[in-house]
Amino acid sequence: MNQQFEERRAKFLAMGLKRKGKGPVFAPKPGLDPQFEKCPQCGMAVRKDQWHQGYNVCPGCGFHRPIGAYDRLRMLLDDGAFREFNSALTGRDPLSFPGYREKLAALRTATGLQEAVVTAVGKIYGFPAVVAVMDSRFLMGSMGAAVGEKIARVAQLAQKKKLPLIIFCASGGARMQEGILSLMQMAHTAAAIEEFQCSGGLYIACLTNPTTGGVSASFAMLGDITLAEPGALIGFAGPRVIEQTIGQKLPEGFQRAEFLQDHGFVDAVVPRGELRDTLGQLLSLHGRKR
Amino acid sequence: MIQHLTAQQRLALARSPQRPGPMDYLQGLFTEFFEQRGDRLQGDDPAIFGGIARYHGRPVTVLGTRKGKNLEENLRTHFGMPEPEGYRKAQRIMAQAEKFRRPIITFVDTPGAYPGLEAEERGQADAIARSLTLMSRLTVPMVAVICGEGGSGGALALAMGNEVLMLENAVYSVLSPEGFASILWKDAGRVAEACEVMKITARDLRKLGVVDEVIPEPENPENLTTRLRLVDAAITKHLDAALRLKDPARHRQEKFAAMGRAWIQGGNP
Ligand SMILES: [Zn+2]
Repeated sequence: MNQQFEERRAKFLAMGLKRKGKGPVFAPKPGLDPQFEKCPQCGMAVRKDQWHQGYNVCPGCGFHRPIGAYDRLRMLLDDGAFREFNSALTGRDPLSFPGYREKLAALRTATGLQEAVVTAVGKIYGFPAVVAVMDSRFLMGSMGAAVGEKIARVAQLAQKKKLPLIIFCASGGARMQEGILSLMQMAHTAAAIEEFQCSGGLYIACLTNPTTGGVSASFAMLGDITLAEPGALIGFAGPRVIEQTIGQKLPEGFQRAEFLQDHGFVDAVVPRGELRDTLGQLLSLHGRKR
Repeated sequence: MIQHLTAQQRLALARSPQRPGPMDYLQGLFTEFFEQRGDRLQGDDPAIFGGIARYHGRPVTVLGTRKGKNLEENLRTHFGMPEPEGYRKAQRIMAQAEKFRRPIITFVDTPGAYPGLEAEERGQADAIARSLTLMSRLTVPMVAVICGEGGSGGALALAMGNEVLMLENAVYSVLSPEGFASILWKDAGRVAEACEVMKITARDLRKLGVVDEVIPEPENPENLTTRLRLVDAAITKHLDAALRLKDPARHRQEKFAAMGRAWIQGGNP
């Protein structure tokens, strides 16, 4: 492996910034509510700060709970530092859909997010990258005009700055409340990613739970390298729609990350705690440092 | 022209089994059709047809969805819902159109990509995504005609044209109005309302800038001759426009990027 990468990694380990076990970024905050939260998969009661320290991965069964976009950026990037851009880019209401504006306003207050994706520039083991992170708390991470535009713009920014592009997908698909314009974002984002890749850019897609519908059938499936978190639901049609269509139960593990890897659509299933290392290794192997 | 229909009435017309579909336009408007079959990877999906033909004397590549004419064919095509092999066949045929510099004309009438177990296993999402990237960089002109139901990503995967035309009583939507009502309102009965609010008709989509022209339909739905003449005139006009484009790939990229831009605000470089 690249010697510089190893050196950087060693440095980080020495600084105690590697997040296995205890690291300053995810050290339990004093005064954090010591309540327990149950794992939705195995039912194990896990202390809140333990969830927090452990990247929201269940210590009992390895279940990966959803993680907010800003938490993701902080745990992924060197020193938890990043520069966000297009933070104020938001969508409007093309269908004048009853309640949509109010819903967006309420979500903005509740989540601190402006839209379902956060776009930023930061470093991983010293390698700069453009990173987009979707957040499933914001209308299931659905893609409307604003999300499509932000994804297209990260591709353009990465191309202009000659930086690798990493997108964390977490989305139920197109934003229904924006009607056909959200469908058109599939064409928009796929074209933008294609242009970036044709210019020689490296695009790493990280598929997290869930990656379905219009997002899976556009930029999520177009990575030069495709990683997925364990157990993530990944597919075009949702499991319930398929069951209704074919009139039978789906097999265990169907459309999960491991299933997609078995069927040739994912390079590697990487536990959340190892993602930073894996991405660092990949960026190092593509070796554009500055 | 039928001006007075509700969106739900148009949805019913678009789905009517008697309505002329892509195969009728293929037979009525093209000559010397040679069908190309198979994706060269896995199989041949009859829910998508494609091949070479002449359109007013010019060799073109023509593609479309197919529902079949009898129950057996309906079942084999899942009533016009393609499997990944269908999209991959379309990609192969489009790539050849690029190589041999043939314009591409597509006809779309599908409820959507088939939501089946094997379709997922073989990468429905991957197949659609790759169709989109391929269309984004084709340097030959492409005209797409939404002639019945334009259902979701499965329709878009054949419809990223420089010019997108739509028949007066066709519909085009992000998901079915039934699905929309049951997901957003938890009430599948509110279909009529969903049809209106979703803006699924050709006229609404023309206003949103998603469709370039609304092709009128004859008053009598069985008048195939008039229908063909109207569709022919629209395709001819828009194919001419597409053939005059200096950079059809760039045009297509910018066209689909622009659609949502009227509906965003804020942001910094
Ligand atoms: Zn658990």
